[in-house]
Amino acid sequence: MPTTSPVSEQGQQAGPAAAAQAATRSTRGPTRRHDPDVAGLGRPRALAFVAPALLLVSVFLVFPAIWTLYLGLLDYSLTGAGAQALTFVGLGNYVSALTDPQFHRSLYLTLVYVFGSAVIGQNVLGFLLAWFLSRADRVVRSVLTILVLLAWILPGSVVAFLWQALLDRRNGTLNALLGTTDQAWVLDHPMWVIVIFNIWRGTAFSVLLYTAALTSVPRSHLEVARMAGASSWQQLRDVVLPTIRGHILTNTLLITLWTFNDFSPYLLTAGGPDGASEILPIYIYREAIIGGHLGFGSAISLLLLLTNLVIAVFYIRLLRTRSRGQEA
Amino acid sequence: MKRLSVRARAAVGGIAAVALLAGCVGAKETGSSSDPTANASAKEVTLVISANDIKGGKNAAEAAWIEDVVIPGFVAAQKAKGVTAKVTFNGAGVEDEQYKTKLELNLRTGSGSDVFATDGIWLGELAAAGYVKPLDDVVGKAASSWDGWGQISEAVQQNLTFKDKRYGIPNGTDGRVLYFNKKLFAQAGLPADWQPTSWADIIAAGQALKGIKGVTPIQVNAGVPMGEATTAQGFLPLLAGTGQPLYDDAKGTWQGASAGVKDVLDFYRQVYGQGLGDPRMQQDKAGRDQSFAEFSQGKVGILAEGDYFWRSIVCPDKTECGATSMPDRDSVVGWAKIPANSPGAGVNGQDFVSVSGGSGWMISPKTAFPQQAWELLAFMASADMQTKLSQAQIRVSARKDVNDATLKGDPLLSFISETVLPITTYRPSDEHYNEVSLAIQQATADVVNGKSPQEAAATYEKSLGEAVGADHVAGQ
Amino acid sequence: MTPVVRSVVAKIATYVAVCLLVVFFALPLLWLAITPFTPQPTYRVSLSGFTLDNFAQLGDNPQVWPSIRNSLVLAGGSALVVIALASLAAYALSRVQVPGRDQLLYALLLLSSIVTGTAAMVPIFLMLFQLGLIDRQVGVVLVLTGGLLPAAIFILKDFVDSIPRSYEESARVFGASASQILRHIVLPVIRPGMATVGVWALVQVWGNFLIPYVLLADPRKQPAAVVMYTFYDAGGQPDFALISTFALVYSVPVVVLYLVVNRRYGFAFQGGIKG
Repeated sequence: MPTTSPVSEQGQQAGPAAAAQAATRSTRGPTRRHDPDVAGLGRPRALAFVAPALLLVSVFLVFPAIWTLYLGLLDYSLTGAGAQALTFVGLGNYVSALTDPQFHRSLYLTLVYVFGSAVIGQNVLGFLLAWFLSRADRVVRSVLTILVLLAWILPGSVVAFLWQALLDRRNGTLNALLGTTDQAWVLDHPMWVIVIFNIWRGTAFSVLLYTAALTSVPRSHLEVARMAGASSWQQLRDVVLPTIRGHILTNTLLITLWTFNDFSPYLLTAGGPDGASEILPIYIYREAIIGGHLGFGSAISLLLLLTNLVIAVFYIRLLRTRSRGQEA
Repeated sequence: MKRLSVRARAAVGGIAAVALLAGCVGAKETGSSSDPTANASAKEVTLVISANDIKGGKNAAEAAWIEDVVIPGFVAAQKAKGVTAKVTFNGAGVEDEQYKTKLELNLRTGSGSDVFATDGIWLGELAAAGYVKPLDDVVGKAASSWDGWGQISEAVQQNLTFKDKRYGIPNGTDGRVLYFNKKLFAQAGLPADWQPTSWADIIAAGQALKGIKGVTPIQVNAGVPMGEATTAQGFLPLLAGTGQPLYDDAKGTWQGASAGVKDVLDFYRQVYGQGLGDPRMQQDKAGRDQSFAEFSQGKVGILAEGDYFWRSIVCPDKTECGATSMPDRDSVVGWAKIPANSPGAGVNGQDFVSVSGGSGWMISPKTAFPQQAWELLAFMASADMQTKLSQAQIRVSARKDVNDATLKGDPLLSFISETVLPITTYRPSDEHYNEVSLAIQQATADVVNGKSPQEAAATYEKSLGEAVGADHVAGQ
Repeated sequence: MTPVVRSVVAKIATYVAVCLLVVFFALPLLWLAITPFTPQPTYRVSLSGFTLDNFAQLGDNPQVWPSIRNSLVLAGGSALVVIALASLAAYALSRVQVPGRDQLLYALLLLSSIVTGTAAMVPIFLMLFQLGLIDRQVGVVLVLTGGLLPAAIFILKDFVDSIPRSYEESARVFGASASQILRHIVLPVIRPGMATVGVWALVQVWGNFLIPYVLLADPRKQPAAVVMYTFYDAGGQPDFALISTFALVYSVPVVVLYLVVNRRYGFAFQGGIKG
C-alpha cells in the first residue's frame, strides 16, 4: 500500500517534520479546552450552513437509496407479471446471490480490478504525477496535464470508441504499432485491458486531488527539511506524506468506492468473453436491466456496499494505527 | 448536551423530509381505468409520439417521416374537422434495451407519450405487467372496425397480439434469409443461384469456402454480445428447421434440451468447431458490427440475417449505409431461403423456414385522448402514409397493398414478401421470452467456446426451468 | 556512482518515464485527434487525407448545438450548486464539532454509490414523477447534485481541516465577524479544493448519460452525452465521422473550463500568510 514506509518511520526518528510541527504547536497559545469554533460560527449558523446540503441529500440521495435497498427484499421486476404483484421475499435475493458462483467470481474480479487499477494504479501514478508536475517546467506540465485530463474528461461513450480503435483486432492502432496482426487484446486479456484502461481513465482525479493537497504542505516545513540536509525523497517521506495523510485516505477511499461501482468496462468488454471480466457493476446491470430482476440487482448493490464498508474500515484502521505511532 | 442537539436536530430534519416524501409517494400511483370516450369531442388535442428514431441518426428516415409527413398531415386532417391538434415527436437514438427501460418507466407512471413504437417481442412483458391494454379496452369499437386490418395478414397481426387480443398496429415485418457473396462462391466453385436444401448443404458450401484465404466461410450469430440477434437470426431459424417451434402455444411449454435443440447446437459445433466460422467475433462486444463490415468487404461467405441487412447495412447508397455500403450489392450479394435440417423436417413439414419479427405502434392506456390517439395510429397505418414511409426507406410493410405497390423494384424485398413471409414463424409473445432468449444465447456461447452440445443443452434446460418454471418445460 | 553520474542517470530516467507516460496517455487519443479530419473514418487511424467536411456535416445536424448548450447548463449548474453547498457544509461540519462526522459522511458516500448505479433508476424515476420533475432540467440537476454532494463534502473537509487555526484566531482578534472570516480567510484558502470539486462535479455531470436520458423526455433538452448515442446511421452502425467530430467538439468546453479555472483560481495556491 502506498502509505507504508513514511509514517511508520516517523515515530522512530525525530525528523525535521516533527521539529517543524512542534514549533507550530508551541505558538498556539495557552492550552485550554480545544474549541474548534474559532470563528465564532455558533450552532444556529452552522446548522443553517449545513441545512441546504442536508435537505438535498435527504430527498435526492437518502430516500431513493433506502428505497432501492428496500427493493432488495422484494422479487421486483419492471416488466412482466412480477411488476404487478410485489412479493416480499425477505432475504431470498441475498441467499440466491451468495450461493451464485457467478456472484463470487464477479466479486473476486471486482477486487482485482479495484486494487489493481485504483488503489495501486491510480493512487500511486496520480501522486507521482502530482509530485513531479509540481516541480516540472511549464511545457512538460501543460502537455502532461492536458493529456491526463483529456483521458478523464472525455465521456464514456467516446472513450469506448477510442479504446476500441486502439485495440481492434483488424484495424487497431496497437496492433499496427506492435506489428501484431489479428491479436484480440480484449478477448485474450480482458482483465489486464480493463485495469490498464481504468488507470488511463481515472488517474486524473488523483492528480488533481494530490496537486491541491500538495499546496497545503507549508513551504516553511520543506525549507526546514531541506536546510537540515534532507534529500528530495526524504522530504517526500518525512514532510509531505505525513502532512497530506488525510488527503491520501480521502483519495483512496473515494477512488476505491468509485471503482467498485465503475460501469465503464462494460463499454469495452461487455463483461469479457464469457464473463471473464464481469465485475460487479456489470453483473448487476446484466441481472437487473437485461434480465429484469431489479430486486435481485438491488440486493447485490447492498452486498457491494457492505464490501466497500469493510474495506473502508480497514483503510481507516490502517491509517489510525500509523498516526498513533506518529504522535508518540 | 449542546452537541447532541445539533446532531439531533439535523437528524430529525433529515428524517422528517424523508418521511414526508414516503407519505407522498405511493399516493399518486393510482391505476386510472381508461375510458375510451374521454375527451372524444375535444376541440384542442395534444398528442406525443415517441420512437427509437431520431433525425440525423438512428432510423433517420422514419423520424423524418414522422416529423415531416405524418404530423403535418394529421394536423391538417384534424383541422378539416375543426379540431386543433398539437402533435410532437420525442425521438431518441439509443440502444433498444435503454429505450425499452425508459418506455416501461413512462408507461408505469403514465408520464410518457400517447403513441409509441415498440418491438413485437416486448408485448408479452408489457401486457403481463399491465402497462398496456388491448385496443378494444383503450379505444373501443373504432379499433376493431378499422378497414386496414384486412390488409394485414393474420400472421403479422400476431406480432402485436397477446392472448388473442390486439394491442397495436404492426408497422412492418421482416424475414430472414441466407446471404452469400457471389464472387467468393465463384472462387470456390459454388453456383451463383445457390439454394441449399439441408443443413448439410450449408456445411458443404462452408467447406468449399474454407479454401479461400482470409475468408470466414459462415457467419451464423452466436454468443451473448450479439443479444437478440443471436436468437432471432441464428438459433430460431435453425430450430424451426427441426420441426417444433420454441414455444408450444397450446400446451404452454417451451422446448428444453430436446432433440431439436441439440441438433441446432450441433450445427453450431460443426460450424465453429471445424473452422467454418470465426469464434472470436461471437465473443466481441462489437462482433455483430464487425461481421457486417467483413461481409461488406467480401471477407464472409455466408451470413444469416434479416432483410434489414440488405436495405440498411449493405445498400449501395453511401449516405444510408455508410462504411458498410456495397456499391455492387445487386450483382454480388445473393440470397437463399433457410433450409430445414433436411427436406420436410421443418415446422408444418416445410422444406424451408424463416423467422420474422417487426415493430408496431401502440397507445398508452393512460392517454388523455384515446380516440384521437387511435385516429393518429390509423392515420400512420393508412395506405397513403405507409406508402410514403416505404418510399422514404424501402422495407416490407405490414400492409399487403403497400407491399404490392412499393416492392416491385427491389428483388430481395419482393422475395421476402412473396416467398419468405408465407413460410415464416414468429417469436412467442410470452412475457418470459426475453429470459429464454438469454438462455439460448448462453447455450450458443457455450458451444462456440468448446462445450459439447449435450452440456450446453443441459445448462440451457436448467436456466429455462428457472426462468419459466419447471412445469412449463416440455418433456423430452 | 558519483553524485554527478547519479543525477544524470536520474535525469535520463525521468525523461524516459515522462516520454512513456506521454505515449501511454496520448496513444488512445490519437484516434480522436486524427479521425475528425479523415475523409472516410473507421476504427483505423490513418492519415489518408485531410478534410473539414465532417465538421460541416456535424453543423448540419440539428441536435448538436442545443445539446452542447444543455450540457453546459446541466453541468455548470450542478457544479455551482455542489461547490456552494459543499463548501458551506464542510466548513460548518469542521468548525462545529459533530461527533461521528466522518462516519456519517462515509455512510452518505456509500449511499451515493447506490444512487448512481443502475439499480436505483426506478426509484429515482418514480420519486421525480411524484415531485413533478420529470422532463425538467432542474430535476436532473437536483438528482445529480444529491449524488455528488457527499463526495464533495468529503473532499472539502480535508481542506477546511487543514486551515491553521491561527488564521481565524488572528482575524477574530482584529474584530472580524464570522461571515467575514468565511469570505476573506476560509474560502480563499480552500480554493484549490473548491476548484477540484468543481471540475470533478462538472466532469461527472458532463459525461452522465443515464439520468438525463431517463428523466428527460423532450430530445431538445437532452445533453450531449445522450445525443452522442444517436450518431448511428440508419442501420445502427456507428457513424464514425459524426461521432469522432462530435467527440472532439464535446470535449473542448470542458478542457477550456479547466484551463480557465486553473488560471484564475489555481490548483496551486501560491503565497499567503504562511510562516
